[in-house]
Amino acid sequence: MPGDTPKISIRGLEKAFNGKPVLRGLDLDLAPGRSLVVIGMSGTGKSVLLKCVLGVIQPDRGRIAIDGVDIVRLSESRRARMTRQIGMLFQGAALFDSLKVWENVAFRLIYGERRPRREARQTAVDCLAQVGLAPEVGELSPAELSGGMQKRVALARAIAAEPSILFFDEPTTGLDPITADVINSLISDRTRALGATAISITHDLVSARKIADEIAMLHQGQIIWRGPASEIMNTGNPMVDQFVHGRADGPIHMTMRRA
Amino acid sequence: MNVFAATGRGTLAVVREVGRIAQFAARGAVGWAAGPFYWRAFLNALMRIGFNSLPVIGLTAIFTGAALALNIYEGGARFNAETFLPQILGVSIVRELGPVLAALMVSGRSASAMAAELGAMRVSDQIDAMSTLAVDPFKYLVSPRMLAATIALPVLVLVADIIGVYGGYLVAVHALDFSGTVFIRNLWEFLTNDDIVSGLIKAAVFGFLLSAMGCYYGYNSRGGAQGVGAATRSAVVGSAVLILAANYLLTSLFIRV
Ligand SMILES: Nc1ncnc2c1ncn2[C@@H]1O[C@H](COP(=O)(O)OP(=O)(O)OP(=O)(O)O)[C@@H](O)[C@H]1O
Ligand SMILES: [Mg+2]
Repeated sequence: MPGDTPKISIRGLEKAFNGKPVLRGLDLDLAPGRSLVVIGMSGTGKSVLLKCVLGVIQPDRGRIAIDGVDIVRLSESRRARMTRQIGMLFQGAALFDSLKVWENVAFRLIYGERRPRREARQTAVDCLAQVGLAPEVGELSPAELSGGMQKRVALARAIAAEPSILFFDEPTTGLDPITADVINSLISDRTRALGATAISITHDLVSARKIADEIAMLHQGQIIWRGPASEIMNTGNPMVDQFVHGRADGPIHMTMRRA
Repeated sequence: MNVFAATGRGTLAVVREVGRIAQFAARGAVGWAAGPFYWRAFLNALMRIGFNSLPVIGLTAIFTGAALALNIYEGGARFNAETFLPQILGVSIVRELGPVLAALMVSGRSASAMAAELGAMRVSDQIDAMSTLAVDPFKYLVSPRMLAATIALPVLVLVADIIGVYGGYLVAVHALDFSGTVFIRNLWEFLTNDDIVSGLIKAAVFGFLLSAMGCYYGYNSRGGAQGVGAATRSAVVGSAVLILAANYLLTSLFIRV
């Protein structure tokens, strides 16, 4: 039955860089329309996880299924067709600096879906308005924007084509608390309105509880805890506890020497 | 430790790299036929590779033509052959110096720019971002640049030929007491279509090669600003060597047929 198929299903995912393991047999299922926040220490492989699902990093081992179709073993073009339904906000915004802001937002509409530029531009201006940016901003080049504005443009670009899966890699890092709250509301509104399945990465627990149905913690290449967002502050798991309370002492030791 | 093993490994690495570049170039060319074709990206590249290279091509050509005229006159005079200056100048420029110098200049200007631009896009996740926007970055970034360079180079070389010959003409007429009409008549009667066409074919091949190198190293660059720097260097050095090697190969081919 289609209702039982997870939108995203990951089994035994492994990825190492230069012999250094990052993901070590990670399992993760996400039902359609659910919003999951992944937390975890810096450098544990959260961004790598999303990039594996996107198909821009080739995993060493494991299975990643979207709508029940394993994309790891598909040919590049067929995988591209599957991952088309994913919209992604990259951690570093990754705006195209040779194009104007509005062309960035409309990029998929103009070049991916071949819609008329006029119409795509109107959509871009609407999307920019949703993230609190005036139409004049659309005429600037990305290099002329502040870091937070770039994030918001990247968010507008990710949602412009109304994808059915959304990935947000640290959407509110570097934003002031008020703008961050606007962005969080926007993320939960848009994901709900689109009925999209979302995976977000954030270090900010206020954001996490606002946008997540569920929270999962990634540590040493595996999901060590997963549960409803409301339970994150009292999970009884010592590692999650240490993380959410931001304590240096505890079961998680930060490696200070070179690994 | 083991010289043979090290040499073997080195050779294998080079062969692998050459294979990867060839595959990359082929994939770029396939992108011209198998749509979608991005006109805006293509015209943009054509403008930057072609039109914007005109000043530097013109300057290179006029000085080279002028110096060449002096040298041919001086060398020719040793066995009373200085009157053949227009013919020798024409053949040297059209068959050899026009294509090679133009390609080397464009490689310094554009192969480096392609490597740096695509490299910066790669390390800042822009290329990955593009593929999440339902656009194949290869078809948007690489294929248009390669087509633009392959088309632009013959045109640039034609311009370089004309300006280069004109540089020689100026020196011949104003410094060496040649008659302008005789110069042009001799040149015109001597040069064949094959001379000119062989130069233009070379130019197209060089354009293809230099853009393939620029795009290959940029597209596959790794590791931040340093990686982009290395990519740019490899692109310029690699394309220059490739252009000169291809030039010898094509010349020997044209002379045989
Ligand atoms: N392209 C790459 N080449 C080599 N190593 C990489 C590459 N990408 C990621 N890594 C390594 O993988 C590990 C995980 O990186 P990742 O970017 O996923 O961390 P993260 O969990 O997103 O951290 P942060 O919260 O700081 O963004 C890091 O140790 C990093 O060095
Ligand atoms: Mg990250």
